[in-house]
Amino acid sequence: MMKTYTYQTLPAEPLADRKSRRPVVVAGAGPVGLTMALDLAVRGIPVLVLDDNNTVSVGSRGLCYAKRPLEIFDRLGCAAPMLEKGVSWKIGKIFRDTELVYQFDLLPEPGHQMPAFINLQQYHLEDMLIARARELGEGLQLHWKHKVVSVQDAGDHLRLGVEAPDGLFTLEAEWLIACDGAGSPIREMLGVPFTGRAFQDRFLIADVLMKAPFPAERWFWFDPPFHRNQSVLLHREADDVWRIDFQLGWDADPVEERKPERVLPRLRSMLGEDTAFELEWVSVYQFACRRLDRFRHGRVIFAGDSAHQVSPFGARGANTGVQDADNLAWKLALVLGGKAPEALLDSYDAERLVAADDNIGHSSRATDFITPKNAASRAFRDAVLRLARDHAFARPLINSGRLSTPTPYPGSPLNTPDTEPFAGRMRPGTNCSDAPVRAGGEDGWLLHQLQGDFVAMVLGGENASEDLDVDGVRCRVLRIGADVEDSEGLIAARYDLRPGTTYLIRPDQHVAARWRAFDTRAIAAALRRATARD
Amino acid sequence: MPLNTQPNIENPDAFYQRLVELHQDRSEEQSRLINASLVLLLANHVGDASVLEEAMRIAAQTADQP
Repeated sequence: MMKTYTYQTLPAEPLADRKSRRPVVVAGAGPVGLTMALDLAVRGIPVLVLDDNNTVSVGSRGLCYAKRPLEIFDRLGCAAPMLEKGVSWKIGKIFRDTELVYQFDLLPEPGHQMPAFINLQQYHLEDMLIARARELGEGLQLHWKHKVVSVQDAGDHLRLGVEAPDGLFTLEAEWLIACDGAGSPIREMLGVPFTGRAFQDRFLIADVLMKAPFPAERWFWFDPPFHRNQSVLLHREADDVWRIDFQLGWDADPVEERKPERVLPRLRSMLGEDTAFELEWVSVYQFACRRLDRFRHGRVIFAGDSAHQVSPFGARGANTGVQDADNLAWKLALVLGGKAPEALLDSYDAERLVAADDNIGHSSRATDFITPKNAASRAFRDAVLRLARDHAFARPLINSGRLSTPTPYPGSPLNTPDTEPFAGRMRPGTNCSDAPVRAGGEDGWLLHQLQGDFVAMVLGGENASEDLDVDGVRCRVLRIGADVEDSEGLIAARYDLRPGTTYLIRPDQHVAARWRAFDTRAIAAALRRATARD
Repeated sequence: MPLNTQPNIENPDAFYQRLVELHQDRSEEQSRLINASLVLLLANHVGDASVLEEAMRIAAQTADQP
């Protein structure tokens, strides 16, 4: 069916070395597993990725990639092809019937490298992550058609049963990162509860190849004339492919609805009889919002959909999974390097459970708006949509999905609380805002300066010493004004910098602590806290 | 400011009559929409989350009364 993409069969090479104990095995080579592997590899941790399949994602699936995951992909050296191929967008429009009732802009301020969102079919994204993985050489091994079929805890390591094309074998690993998706077989093997709410509605996804006059925006219709009493969502993808989601209702037959004779009339009714289009991919889905009670189970750590599942409205699935990997990789690297205690990994739970609950909350609310559960909630929903045309107050109540933004960790045990007042959006536990800089005579971005190690970012910093070493953990000093120039004054504005103001920034570009003066003892204490050593 | 549950409407009978008239010759579905709109308009006017919460609490109780 697909015209714009041809699946390659990935080589199912047998794993040669089955004897040596692996520091980390990642199960699942989707967007989350691959991000996890890349992040560990760039931190110098050898990583083995096992995937039970031998193709990239079948279907466009995870389509919308948000600013923060793009910043993470950029840190890992693979954002450029994504930005080039993907469709950048930031405007969302909501229609009732044929009338525009609300519009939002997801990136209302300039001075950021990354767009609010790109739309990129998941198979393209995975291809790009795999290409990057291959650049990293022997440190990152990918083995297709290798499936983890058993997990046994042996105290200081795990014994994994692996099913490969040439038979079953046992492999030792210190850590297993389960990125094996919403139906996670590893979660089943461990028998850990995965609880939440299932939603009684079904949706049809149709990927359509066509030349269409729609702009690169997210368009959402409630009750349009071409699909009465239900909702429809339209996104532009790469290669002139368009994603159209039709709400079908709970009574729809998922097998029948997938058939072209059912799908094509729906599309013709929406696009008009004269629009030429071809179907690329069709799927019918229903969804649930649920999560594990905790993501770390001894030496097995869950990330992405295996740990938490949300509805697709808001593009919170893959986006939050990539941020799980971003959160976990530097911690695991420090633990494996003997520079932080295993307790640091518990902060992954503390921080990412908060994010999962945030996502589940947003996702459940959007679903309650899109799929009202009873006559009263339907009346409220319809009243909001009708009032919105003429009355501004009703517009923010419209919820067609709140799009993925990073969840801050204000209550994280890794934070050192402020002792002095700061203005602006930054605070301990937030991800660092980007800003333009000038470095080495060239224009660049602040986030490029905040990679790899901990960074102490100081405005001025005449008394700032050489890079710090806190019990073996490196902390690079970045002097704003000396090492890089705050070319548009946006670092000072976004971080409320005054001369001497110092931020301690984690390897995942989150604020750990900040002060109004540069003090190496305070930095060392905050860094110990941020690595769970006090 | 707490939720005012003391008499505050100048002409109670006239207000009540207007409320009933809103639903005259309306289908059940239309009536639900009118009521929902009314709740939303007034809730936005009030704004204060604690006042709204208190009103919702008392409103919910009426469904549990015998």
